[in-house]
Amino acid sequence: MSVGLTHYLTLAAILFTLGIFGIFLNRKNVIVILMSIELMLLAVNINLVAFSAFHADLVGQIFAMIVLTVAAAEAAIGLAIVVVYFRNRGTIDVAEIDLLKG
Amino acid sequence: MLSALFFYLFATVCVGAAFMVVVAKNPVHAVLFLILAFFNAAGLFVLLGAEFLAMILVVVYVGAVLVLFLFVVMMLDVDFAALKAGFIKYLPVGATVGLLLLAELVFILGAWLTAPDIVVQAPTPPPGDISNTEAIGLILYTRYVYLFEAAGLILLVAMIGAIVLTLHHKRDVRRQSVAAQVARTREQSVELVEIESGRGLR
Repeated sequence: MSVGLTHYLTLAAILFTLGIFGIFLNRKNVIVILMSIELMLLAVNINLVAFSAFHADLVGQIFAMIVLTVAAAEAAIGLAIVVVYFRNRGTIDVAEIDLLKG
Repeated sequence: MLSALFFYLFATVCVGAAFMVVVAKNPVHAVLFLILAFFNAAGLFVLLGAEFLAMILVVVYVGAVLVLFLFVVMMLDVDFAALKAGFIKYLPVGATVGLLLLAELVFILGAWLTAPDIVVQAPTPPPGDISNTEAIGLILYTRYVYLFEAAGLILLVAMIGAIVLTLHHKRDVRRQSVAAQVARTREQSVELVEIESGRGLR
């Protein structure tokens, strides 16, 4: 019944998989894709903090803070791009972003 | 025993909320479920003894980033039903890839071992000696100070980038120009006119 490192790693694996599942499922909606990326970063953070706690090493928590910083920056920039794109095109459908004909 | 109970409670709610984020019809509900998932992850961090990160997660993440998500979702006038159109079409491939990835990760966990001679870089001080926040501060501002400043630089660049992207001036709005007002001289703005009596100013 005691909770070990494997429990936390399994939880993080499930959350990460759900994030990827969300990206596949909501291929048109940029905002839900950004939220799925947040979920995946949360899974990574749970991994880092679990390793940090069970190996008695604080570096994992420092690294988790850096991951949080990068995730916040990514969310701010991503949402700014979404707002600008919506202002110009009137939609946030990912399939319509084809101005560069890539 | 009690901690195991709370682990399963937090983990179950977290996974359920994460699933609802992915499948929710209304993006506002998706953001609210994401907030629930982050709250439960913060609970897990408290169980792991990382109180500082748990509070950071609640204050910075839920308080700032997810509320920003909520603002953007409510601000954009998007037909979210149309964006949900390909949902059923993408379900099989998404489920396949997700299950494959989950199976791989579980296999890794099953065969995974920690090296016995692992080197601990920054040992956790015994609880009761100093708090988690104090311990993080002791190494964050000494050994990892460059990493800390790099994080600050990342946030600065992100802030400037977001402002540059979203700030725009409308063309046909007259704006106050402080420089032009200050640079005005008496000669430009005041004129003395001699007016003859009974003639008026023409």
